[in-house]
Amino acid sequence: MDLQTTIYLVVGLTFALYIGIAVWARAGSTSEFYVAGGGVGPRINGMATAADWMSAASFISMAGLISNMGYGGALFLMGWTGGYVLLALLLAPYLRKFGKFTVPQFIGDRYYSQTASTVAVLCLLVASLTYIIGQMTGVGVAFSRFLGVSSDTGIYVGMAIVFTYAVFGGMKGITYTQVAQFVVLIFAYTVPAVFISMQLTGNPIPQLGLGSNMVGSDISLLQKLDQVVVELGFGQYTTTTAGSTLNMFAYTLSLMIGTAGLPHVIMRFFTVPSVAAARLSAGWALVFIAILYTTAPAVAGMAKMNLIGTVNTAVASNGDLYATDSSLKYEERPDWMKRWEVTGLLKFEDKNGDGRIQYYNDKTKNADAAAKAEAAGWKGNELAVNADIIVLANPEIALLPNWVIALVAAGGLAAALSTAAGLLLAISSAISHDLVKGVFKPNISEKGELMAGKIAMSVSIVVAGYLGLNPPGFAAGTVALAFGIAASSLFPAIMMGIFSKKMNKEGAIAGMLSGLFITLFYVFAHKGLFFIKGTEYLPLIGGPNSFFGITPEAFGAVGALVNFIVAFVVDKFTKAPPEHIQHLVESVRTPRGAKAVDGRH
Amino acid sequence: MDKSGEAYWKATLGLLTKILVIWFLVSFGAGILFADMLNGIHLGGYPLGFWFAQQGSIYIFVALIFYYAKKMDQIDRKFDVHEE
Repeated sequence: MDLQTTIYLVVGLTFALYIGIAVWARAGSTSEFYVAGGGVGPRINGMATAADWMSAASFISMAGLISNMGYGGALFLMGWTGGYVLLALLLAPYLRKFGKFTVPQFIGDRYYSQTASTVAVLCLLVASLTYIIGQMTGVGVAFSRFLGVSSDTGIYVGMAIVFTYAVFGGMKGITYTQVAQFVVLIFAYTVPAVFISMQLTGNPIPQLGLGSNMVGSDISLLQKLDQVVVELGFGQYTTTTAGSTLNMFAYTLSLMIGTAGLPHVIMRFFTVPSVAAARLSAGWALVFIAILYTTAPAVAGMAKMNLIGTVNTAVASNGDLYATDSSLKYEERPDWMKRWEVTGLLKFEDKNGDGRIQYYNDKTKNADAAAKAEAAGWKGNELAVNADIIVLANPEIALLPNWVIALVAAGGLAAALSTAAGLLLAISSAISHDLVKGVFKPNISEKGELMAGKIAMSVSIVVAGYLGLNPPGFAAGTVALAFGIAASSLFPAIMMGIFSKKMNKEGAIAGMLSGLFITLFYVFAHKGLFFIKGTEYLPLIGGPNSFFGITPEAFGAVGALVNFIVAFVVDKFTKAPPEHIQHLVESVRTPRGAKAVDGRH
Repeated sequence: MDKSGEAYWKATLGLLTKILVIWFLVSFGAGILFADMLNGIHLGGYPLGFWFAQQGSIYIFVALIFYYAKKMDQIDRKFDVHEE
């Protein structure tokens, strides 16, 4: 069977599975629609949370970025896993005890204020929509690549499929669909990694392979990689940081607290039967996430090695990288290069006209490398590889069988779709439950509320799809911005709601608004007002990354700090919260008496 | 909050502080601030700072959450606030 047919078959089968589960598990009551009747155990819930969590950014984009960034790419790895420690310790068990559906509901009740709840809805919508734009772009990229259609058509197909199971299935459908998606995506990620680790190091476990010696030599893979990339003028793989140490610190912190503040993840912890299960559930979620996240650095390093080794034969023979015969002849390039050339994401330009591919860092500050390239008659880097194709092309680069390539395609789609569905659910519950029922029409029927939720979902899919057609950047960057927004607005308010009995509504509202606005102000300065290109206002803030060299993706940590400080100061000058709220906080802190989430609040 | 409630909360905060200190030390400490220093030591083919940043911190995060869940369960029972 040829590659394209195999891809259609594998992708088709996995989709039939997801849709079948969604139809089988069609939701009945409101509470089932949102939280699966509160009857999901910690392991299943953890697995669904992991699928929800690992999006197009984790699956398709992250390893490619790490491959380019080297050591600095660790900010994604630590940021997107370390947040679960904060979530498990600081939020999940307490929100489960509180026993409501949504994050705005908690904020509204804890801060005894409709306004606080509405502000939380605003923060949630901005964060979730930003996140979902990135996902829809990812869905479009993956579909177009593997179904052989344009990226725009890919997004339309994706919209239709997300719509089908998110709208008809609700949370129960999503929980079991996501378990299936987790299984597909984790196989798709680890199987090629195992093959490649075997090829390069003889060790089948990628996590150990990255730290092992190359096959048939006594030099370790990382050491070899360091040598090769440095000689070609790139930064040393194991030590190059992301910008400054301060930026890497802030970026990691921003992703961590953003993780703990993202509503679609927090919502997951309302679906477990007890407080104890909520704690364990976070642990299980991280176990399942860690399988992918500890494999990713191996994928990144090995893909880099394979890529350079493909275009420069001296890597394998330990010869002179700059010798004429070392560079691959363009005419003899492998098939996978031809396939990706069609997409425009891999480009070759013969700058010195020798018919061979020279891949190196032509802007290097390494004088030694620059001199060698000059002497060899190299006239600039001739191969441009988009970071986002690394994971998808990885099995092709390593010349693995067709079914593995097809599996990776199915995994990428599963990752993008599952997260999009989870986000849509968070958006729909915020609008139907917190805004329509909570503010505008308190006596709406259960049926009416369910309908409002479905309409909200449909509208969000259309809006996200439209914005996905014209995205502010690729998935990972857009997604990191969403984390910054969640970190600066929601996390501090929720945390203070649990850990401070005295925090009042004035403080919380002022904190959320100032955190949200200062972050958006800094982000929009770089990315354009509401992500519309051409409306950037960098001169106003004094140039790019003007705040101590911190990039907009890392600014969420600063926003969160502002949120805490403003809330604390405003709280000092306003009235303490009423007595019953202080009792509420006390009751949230102890597990006993946790009830199943009730659909009719 | 009564006496036992206060003691329960104090025990909880004590546990949280302990775990968060380790959380900070392995990620921001070993993985970022002291990574350069630790890179002088090797764990198999991994420089140690690089290993903490791209592998080790993640394993330790997982262990921390399960340790937390277990310890909290003990604290809940000790102060008799556990669920049925």
